[in-house]
Amino acid sequence: MTTYTSTHKTSAPAQTRASRVARPYLHPYLAGILLGLVLFGAFFFTGNGLGASGGMNRLVVVVEDFLYPAHIDRTPYLISMAGGDRNPLESWVVFVTIGTVIGGFVSGSIHGRVKLEVVKGPRTSTRTRLFFAFVGGALMGYGARMARGCTSGQALSGGAVLSVGSWAFMLAVFAGAYMLAYFVRKLWN
Amino acid sequence: MAPFPLNLVELLGSPQYFLVYLIIGFAFGAVLEMAGFAVSTKLAAQFYFKDLTVLKVMFTGIITAMALVFLASGLGLLDYNLVYVNETYLVPGIVGGLVMGAGFILGGFCPGTSLVSAATLKIDGIVFALGAFFGIFLFGETVGLFEAWWNSTYMGRFTLMELFSVDTGVVVLAVMLMALAAFALSELAERKIGKQTAKQPRWRYGAAGAGVALAAVVLFVGQPTNADKWAAISAERQPALDSRAVFAHPGEVLQYMNDRKIITLLVDVRGEADYNLFHIRDARHVPYDQLNSIVEEFHALPENAVVFVMSNDEAQAVEAWRYLVAERVVNVYILEGGVNGWLNTFGEQDFRDSALIADAAPETLRYQLAMAYGDRHPAAAPHADRFNLAFEPHVVLAIKRGPASGGCG
Repeated sequence: MTTYTSTHKTSAPAQTRASRVARPYLHPYLAGILLGLVLFGAFFFTGNGLGASGGMNRLVVVVEDFLYPAHIDRTPYLISMAGGDRNPLESWVVFVTIGTVIGGFVSGSIHGRVKLEVVKGPRTSTRTRLFFAFVGGALMGYGARMARGCTSGQALSGGAVLSVGSWAFMLAVFAGAYMLAYFVRKLWN
Repeated sequence: MAPFPLNLVELLGSPQYFLVYLIIGFAFGAVLEMAGFAVSTKLAAQFYFKDLTVLKVMFTGIITAMALVFLASGLGLLDYNLVYVNETYLVPGIVGGLVMGAGFILGGFCPGTSLVSAATLKIDGIVFALGAFFGIFLFGETVGLFEAWWNSTYMGRFTLMELFSVDTGVVVLAVMLMALAAFALSELAERKIGKQTAKQPRWRYGAAGAGVALAAVVLFVGQPTNADKWAAISAERQPALDSRAVFAHPGEVLQYMNDRKIITLLVDVRGEADYNLFHIRDARHVPYDQLNSIVEEFHALPENAVVFVMSNDEAQAVEAWRYLVAERVVNVYILEGGVNGWLNTFGEQDFRDSALIADAAPETLRYQLAMAYGDRHPAAAPHADRFNLAFEPHVVLAIKRGPASGGCG
């Protein structure tokens, strides 16, 4: 399972020979244990779990608030984030989100996995891949806000503290993906 | 008092405390990247049973964090009341989950992994993240069309232990065992369908054993009861009780009832018969054994809320105060002298003279009421102007600790 990326080259500044070639990923269980420790640390020190879509939401709202502040003040859903002189960036989840991007980049750089490329199934054109990436992203974003959290904020965080809604949500995500997987198999296989 | 989670705002100040979240996010992003979650084909392989890394990493993360959270809570280090548990909106959650599942298999990421993918310059990750921004924007603009549905099937902070009415440790152990079973099936699928031949390391058996052992310890240690929680904080809070700093004079309670800037909650813990005979207007009837039903609601109160508990005298109210304080409800005070003291303060002179029961037992109503007045008695909502009361104010509104909102909020 770890043979997957053995041939990727890196565009990051290579200091050692080891970082010139993409290094293998962590074993899934080891990665999972580390993920669990990060999540536990978040709960233990702050009382909050992890999140991603909430932070992305606030980044969207910041732009909206800059362009049409009056529109924010008339939309109940957006008021809670940026109504009046409220700053949508003053939220813990924004900083988790920014940290996630930096952490991903640093880890990718260290392990020689930062590379400008399109990752796609062997029988998919780049155009198709990018089209579906956008459509999938839009569905993901829409669904995540409808469910009040994404895979990180609901399934992972809520799952670990045993929320009923989070477990129902998690099963629904897997069910939705598995139900559709057969019909789009050409995208990935 | 369970020392964790920390009150970061008080400890570090704002905005410095955001640095902690930045570090947590950094670790999160790094782990996702190291797991291979920046690569869409690796994520999508999950749904063809070829490479079940997604399930393995996610569930290992969940069971690790779960076992540690409830172990820390069982040992009295972490206050589970202050840990954010995603509130359940069942139907919108499930429908949103199905939509996300579709987005997952079409786009190959979830929001968090797409950020990591974009950070490692995968163009499909960047496009997906842009799509996610668009979807989020679209939701904000369209949720108004179905807001009632979006807020439906609300169940509050609803946990699996409450759903199945079992101890926390039982759920922890069951989830642990189910996850391990799912891992065994995943490895079978990877061998049969994914044709993976790489030998799996042996340490994973040790890790699985450690996981089960940890869950068993959680079950054995148990979770702190209300009495345990009080015992842990009694040294800190008992002095306030002894010095009567948490007793509020009836005049002060009346003042808060009339203060529009403050949300005043009156909690009447007496029996139903006494409550029906007389209670202060807007007092809620919550018998002592049902106090746990209001804890969650009171946690969600804003900072300008104050709670006054009352019984006929003070003894039962003190117990109720202990209960709520141990459950981390903030700004809880006791009505000084109880309902009897209230009637003594605000009852008319002739009522007090004629209705007084001289040899009333403690914690019973000391005034004879002609009928079940409820809150229709003149003393239930006295006019503040008519009483010129001198009292020393005791209420000090405290800053709340722990998350008021969380999740992907």
